Parts: sequence; structure tokens; C-alpha cells
Amino acid sequence: MSDVAPRTVSTDVHPSEVDFGAFVRRAADAGELVAQPRMGFGPPGLMRAGLAATRSAAATTVGTLTLDSYTRVGDLASAERAVRADGGANLNGYPIVSHPAETTAAVLAGLLNRDFPVQVRHGSAVPADIFSALIALRLTATEGGPVSYCLPYGRTPLAESIRNWSDCAVRFAALREFQSEPHLETFGGCMLGQLCPPGLLVALSVLEALFFQQRGLRSLSVSYAQQTNPEQDIEAVLALRRLCQELLSLSSWHVVIYAYMGVYPRTDRGAYRLLGEAAGLALATGSERIIVKTVAESRRIPTIAENVAALEYVARAAGARPPLRPPADGANGDDSATYQEANALINAVRNLHRDIGTALLLAFRHGYLDVPYCVHPDNRGRTRSALDGAGRLCWADTGALPVPPPERRAPAGAVTSSGLLEDLFYIQRKYDACAPESGETAASPALAERSRRLPGPR
Amino acid sequence: MNRPMEPVPARAADRCPPAARAGTVVVSSVSSDAHTWNLVFLQLLIEELGYTVLNLGPCVPDDLLIEECCRIAPVMVVISSVNGHGREEGLRLIDRLRARPELAATPVVIGGKLGIEHEAAAGQTEALLDAGFDAVFADGPGAADFRTLLASMAPRAGELAGDGGRT
Repeated sequence: MSDVAPRTVSTDVHPSEVDFGAFVRRAADAGELVAQPRMGFGPPGLMRAGLAATRSAAATTVGTLTLDSYTRVGDLASAERAVRADGGANLNGYPIVSHPAETTAAVLAGLLNRDFPVQVRHGSAVPADIFSALIALRLTATEGGPVSYCLPYGRTPLAESIRNWSDCAVRFAALREFQSEPHLETFGGCMLGQLCPPGLLVALSVLEALFFQQRGLRSLSVSYAQQTNPEQDIEAVLALRRLCQELLSLSSWHVVIYAYMGVYPRTDRGAYRLLGEAAGLALATGSERIIVKTVAESRRIPTIAENVAALEYVARAAGARPPLRPPADGANGDDSATYQEANALINAVRNLHRDIGTALLLAFRHGYLDVPYCVHPDNRGRTRSALDGAGRLCWADTGALPVPPPERRAPAGAVTSSGLLEDLFYIQRKYDACAPESGETAASPALAERSRRLPGPR
Repeated sequence: MNRPMEPVPARAADRCPPAARAGTVVVSSVSSDAHTWNLVFLQLLIEELGYTVLNLGPCVPDDLLIEECCRIAPVMVVISSVNGHGREEGLRLIDRLRARPELAATPVVIGGKLGIEHEAAAGQTEALLDAGFDAVFADGPGAADFRTLLASMAPRAGELAGDGGRT
């Protein structure tokens, strides 16, 4: 595989000056939660305006370049046609491969710097061209994963995705030759957006981090998407932190919380309450970064102003918080059911092969990893999940997963099309129905206290 | 409770003996759309109506969809897209699909969020119908709800497939 794109047009800032992981770490040390939109527009002018608005929002922010879906699936001909037709006005994201590198450099000029890192977000299982574009521009932050960017989104064989991501991670890590610290985020904690039980989300996030670590990355973040029950989510993120502390040996890592990725409330009040809960989850677990959702989420691609409003809402909800402390001995969180389940999955996968890429492939083949409702040909599809009466996400069928018997289980036969719809719309129903309330965040004093003794990176 | 959920077999070809039960309905997205839940819901719903479903999943290349349809001769093809590229990709796809004589008369419907605008673009439904779709279920005012949209597709699917019986 060639190392670089044909031409290198770097941004106006030296890559050594922009360190995504270090920026988030500095913010966390100052007690600030970093808020990030998932913004992406086709036209360069609009993309630049979005980044500028993100940067000047009244919040501690990082920028986002979300790519369009033609670029994500490697259909560059369609992306190029759309750029030629009207500058990309009809694209649902920024076509970083199809716009000339000079154009992207101009989009970022004067915005990207030490205090405003920008992450490129996509969702591709065939990301070689995207990584070539990033590397040529010397952009040092992106996200993805061999499993999380493959199984939910298409038909690329898992083996091919693992090979692609392996090559790209190695090439991306080589940006260190510019004295920079390339940063990758695992998307494994967000599988399918909703209805993937927390133990499996945590395991996949950690396994993808181990995959990247084996390929030379030293600065990573691990993701977790808010699900349907706040207590269950807190337990999951604490398990994630503990497992990262136990298994990763990196110079920098942090946790990123995604505001609910499923069917979003339609009312502004419901949308903001749910976003406030996500901020509360970040606070309660000492998570350093949050990806926001907007009030427009249930209807269409949000505007720049709606994104800024969401970023500022999170900043107000989070307020100032005490800096994270290094973990005290024995303060690693409880031996929760989620921890045990995730740990069992991770161990079973790691025992299959010393190379995590090969181990992941074997694990899906054996059904040791099996994502409920995922229709990808390489996913066995023997597992099922559903919500219980308290809105907890439970296994209805664990298939061949090597996990302890679940504490809670959804009733057998619960999974029908109407049952699935009930579950998919549970959060929208709950938050749209709720009465107005003054206190919008979920963070309680007890949770804040708990957040002070969390495991974290050294 | 209805019958227990069957696991989704790993290989599409295994799950779909031609002409099983009331016939096979192909559920698919378009080539750039990565959304899945709409497809999973449609699969369960159409199965509950007595059909076998071949769910090709998200991001299905045109060629694969066309080849699978030619292979199994479905009683209906249900295209669902929510990423905003459905109108353009639907127009391209239906052209190619109708060009195959085996599929010239197969009922094909499309639904979802078909453009990136808040409301469905004027003339969108007509354009898709003219191009060869048998029905269009576009999102927009009055049908903004994903759930309403999907729920509205299924009886229609049953109706068309049941009455049409074109295979």
C-alpha cells in the first residue's frame, strides 16, 4: 500500500502542534468536559462556517469534519459528481477525498490549532482513501474500528475490514514522524446505536483499542453510547474505565460519551432532557468528552446554530467540575455484572489469537462476539436483546456468547416487530412525554462524589 | 406472543429457499445508506405477515441487489432509505432494475427519508413513480414519523404481493 496520497498539501499548522488527546486531557485536568458536534457539510464554505461556529461556541469544544456517505462507502465517482454539480450542496457530509487538498486546507486555515483540534469522522470499512487524504493534510485525529465501522454499516467482509483498518492504523501511527501524536477513537461502544447490551459495547470498545494499540497508536479514546437506563449506563462506563486501566498501556486515553444514538425525542424539551442525561452520565463517570445531539435530530441534518446550541447546553449542564484524580488502589469500581460480562468476552476473544485482528475475526466466526439485530453476513445473528420493565437493556438470547448467565433477561419470545418498535421508540416516548422540569442534568451529589475516585489514565 | 424469533442465519442464500411460504420479499437499502433498524423492523413485520424475507442489509451495491432479485424472483422488493440520498439512488437503481426483463414486472416500492431537505421535494414521488417504482412512501409533513412510515408500508406490501402474485 502506498504511504502517501499523490500530493501533500498540509494545513497551515504543523501537525506537532495539534494533539487531540493532549487537548482533551488538559481540559479534563481543568475540570472541563469537551463537547463535540457531529457536523458535516458538503460545501467548503459551509463546512468552514460550521467549524468556526463550533470553535467560538461558549463551551470547551473540538471540531468535527463528518464525511458524506458516498465517500464512506468508497463511491468516489458519486461524491465527485456531486461536487462538480453544485459544490456538494446535496451531500450529507464533507467529501474530503473529492475536494482538492488545497480546499480542505483553506477550510481549516486559521481555525485548526493547539486549542482547537479537529477530528475527521466517517464510518468506512474501506478507509484507505480517507486515511490517505488525512495523512496528506497531516490531520491527526479520527475515529473508527475494524468491527464497529464494518458490521453495522454494510456488506464489506469482516476479514477485509480488519485488513484495511490494520493497514490504515499503521500508516496513521506513522504520522509520529512529524513529532505529532495521532489520535484514534474506537467506535465499538456505539454498535448499531441502540439495543446492543452494555457488556458487549464495553468489550468491543476495549478490543478495538487493543487492536489499535497493537498497531502502534499511543493516544486513543474509547466510546460508549448512552443507552436506555442511566444506572446501567454508569455501571457500563465504570466497567469500561476499569478495563482500559487494566488492559491498555498508552501514553494517553480518555472516554467519550455519545448522546443517545437511537430514535431521538421530537420535542425540544425531550431532546434537551436526554442530552442533559448524557452530560450527567459523563460527569458521573469522569468521562472527558461528549458527542452531542440536537433538537433537530429526529427530523433532519441539524443546522450550525442547532449544533452550537447543543454544545452550549452541555457546557451549562456540566458546569465546572473537579479535576479527575489518578485512581486510588482498590477504587476501580465495583465488580459489576457489566464488568464481568465484558471481561469474559474480552478474555475469550484474546485467548483465540495473540493478534487482536485475527482474534476478532475468529470470535465472530465462533459466535463469541455476536451483535443482536446486525444483519451483516459475518455476524451470526443468534443473539437478541430487549428492554425490561425498568428500561434496562437485557439479553433475550445470548447465543454462543461466552458470558455468565445474565442477571436479568428479557422474556423469551419478546422480540416481534411491534416489540422491537416499542423498544426502538422507548426513549423518544419517555422523553417526549415528560413534564417540564427545572433541573435538567442527572448528576446527583452522590454521583459527583463517585466520580472523584474513578480509574483513569496515569 | 407470536412464534419465537428465528435466528438470522449467517448466509443470505441459506435463509431463502425460493418460493417458501407465501413467497420471498427482498428488503434492502441503497448503496450509500448505512442505516439498519428500518430494515430489521421491516424484516420482522413482513415475516409476521407470512412471507420469507431476504434482508440484504445496508449499503447494498446495485449489482448485488439486482443479481439477488434475479436469482430468487421475489414477490416484492422493498427499498428503504433514510440517509437523504434515497431519491437519487432510487432513480438510478430502478432504471437498472427495470432494464432486466426478469424484473420488469416485479413490484418494487421505496420509502424513507429520501432527500436531505426537511420536507420531501416537490415532484419527488412523481419522479420515482415515473421511473418505475410501484409505490413511494416519502417522509415529510404528516408522515414525518419513521414508525408511521414503516407501519404504513407493511400492509401495502402484503396487499401488493398478495394481489399481484406475479411470480
